[in-house]
Amino acid sequence: MSKEKIAICEDLADIMPPEYHELVESATFGNQDRGWKDIGSSKELIEQHSLCAGCPESIAFRYILASLPAPENTVFVGSTGCTSLVFPHVAVQNIHSLFGNQNAIASGLKRALKCRFPDIEKDVVVLAGDGATVDIGLDMTMQSWFRQEKFTTICFDNELYANTGGQESGLMQKGFVAKMAPKGKNFEKVRLAEIARESGCAYVAVLTVSKPNRVEQAIKNAVLVAREVGPTFVQLYTPCILEIGKQSMEGLDEMKDAESIGGRFVQKEYITDEAQKLLDSIKEETKARKKAAKEAKKSVNA
Amino acid sequence: MSHYEVKAGPEAFLPPAAATMGNVLPDPGEAHIEGRIVPEEEAYEYCARKLLEAKVPTIFPGPLVLWKWNDHVAEKATAIRELANAVPMRLIPMADYRPKYPKIDAAVEINPNHPNLTIWHNKIDVCIFVGVHCHQANLALKMIRAATDCYTIAMCAQAGHEDACLSFRDATPEKIRTLIKAVEKLKSEGVKSQANDFTQFKMDRTGLIVKPS
Ligand SMILES: Cc1ncc(C[n+]2csc(CCOP(=O)(O)OP(=O)(O)O)c2C)c(N)n1
Ligand code: SF4
Ligand SMILES: [Mg+2]
Repeated sequence: MSKEKIAICEDLADIMPPEYHELVESATFGNQDRGWKDIGSSKELIEQHSLCAGCPESIAFRYILASLPAPENTVFVGSTGCTSLVFPHVAVQNIHSLFGNQNAIASGLKRALKCRFPDIEKDVVVLAGDGATVDIGLDMTMQSWFRQEKFTTICFDNELYANTGGQESGLMQKGFVAKMAPKGKNFEKVRLAEIARESGCAYVAVLTVSKPNRVEQAIKNAVLVAREVGPTFVQLYTPCILEIGKQSMEGLDEMKDAESIGGRFVQKEYITDEAQKLLDSIKEETKARKKAAKEAKKSVNA
Repeated sequence: MSHYEVKAGPEAFLPPAAATMGNVLPDPGEAHIEGRIVPEEEAYEYCARKLLEAKVPTIFPGPLVLWKWNDHVAEKATAIRELANAVPMRLIPMADYRPKYPKIDAAVEINPNHPNLTIWHNKIDVCIFVGVHCHQANLALKMIRAATDCYTIAMCAQAGHEDACLSFRDATPEKIRTLIKAVEKLKSEGVKSQANDFTQFKMDRTGLIVKPS
């Protein structure tokens, strides 16, 4: 869907709910500099969510949707889990895939979009839970990286299977006891970021969603590198407050603890030289563009 | 040949999908009336009569006609409005397929997850689905047949819907206008609309600007 198509048929516009009028009038489609700061002042691309009250996945969705470089030309591929229940509320094209198959679906989709729209940059972004990404779907996840498929994989890491009641996942920490993993986990949390790096991802980031500016940067980097260089991976800690026994207000503290020194989610990035070069040049271009715009504004005012 | 008739409900908590009962979709140039394949011309007149007989005839336009995907769609939206004015019929959008929490406003919207709430609330006895994605339409049509006595009509842009009581296929603006002509013909022969008086609601960015009645 191009941004020109985000328009309502005139003859039926007066029966459309207000949220869609807002989407047309004040969403940030087509704005090159869109980002988390638009939240609150522009129409967001998520209407409601069906997650538990206070679930950090909901804020993660909002930051990601605000940060996509070109939502009108993005297609999400989701997978079964708590995240999949959110997609019906999201104003970005999306496909639901069989649990674990998401990176295989995304590979085909990206290639098909390239053939169908050779002149338009179409971003494909996988967004799935840790169970889908690292357990049942690990084969598909890694094979897409080996093949250097050019799309972004985002993993909402809540360290267990939340949607089915708290089973052990590969990304669960060692010794953790969950409702349906009563004996405690026997082995270490899988080092998925390192697997991603060794499997050929050009950009890898691990972080929590406690700080919107960091999430924005990681998502933008990942999508832009995936366009030009190769596969990218972002692992976001979105703790399942329900399964770890926290209140709805405690998700943020949990993330802050996990990202402090010695924690499991201290922010880290792995970037190949080629990807770094690209990101540096984009940074320079953006800086020059903003400077020129500022000067143009100044000369108009003078 | 199936003997399963797709009649207005309430049929049961879980009515069968008509396809599992052996009902087939019409071929181009055909339609189906309650599961019986008929030439399209026959369906226009039957449909027009159903619309005029109804107390609360209502069109449910979906995302495929609400959004201006291209000029053809915009033309279809115009034809839908003309049909609503000609009968007259209410318009209630199926703007999206969200379950809508905490509560759907049944006076001004319908979604495939709770279509019966909108039908009950507005006492809709005949409805037309148009521009709703196939699987969402099938879901809604079955639920309506299960839980309400509403007669369902699909103005489908593709191969038609077995689960509607009456279904056209390959819908275009021209076909919608042919239906309008069938309505006008019946009216000219003295058939009067039995529709209750109503006010079509209007909305803009601020919410309801004309309340439904
Ligand atoms: C092929 C298949 N296997 C198993 C399931 C059952 N299932 C549904 S959600 C889920 C767990 C999801 O865990 P995760 O990917 O971590 O997402 P979360 O709910 O934690 O966000 C499972 C196993 C399924 N839907 N499909
Ligand atoms: S079960 Fe956990 S991950 Fe799923 S919505 Fe609730 S808090 Fe979030
Ligand atoms: Mg999980």
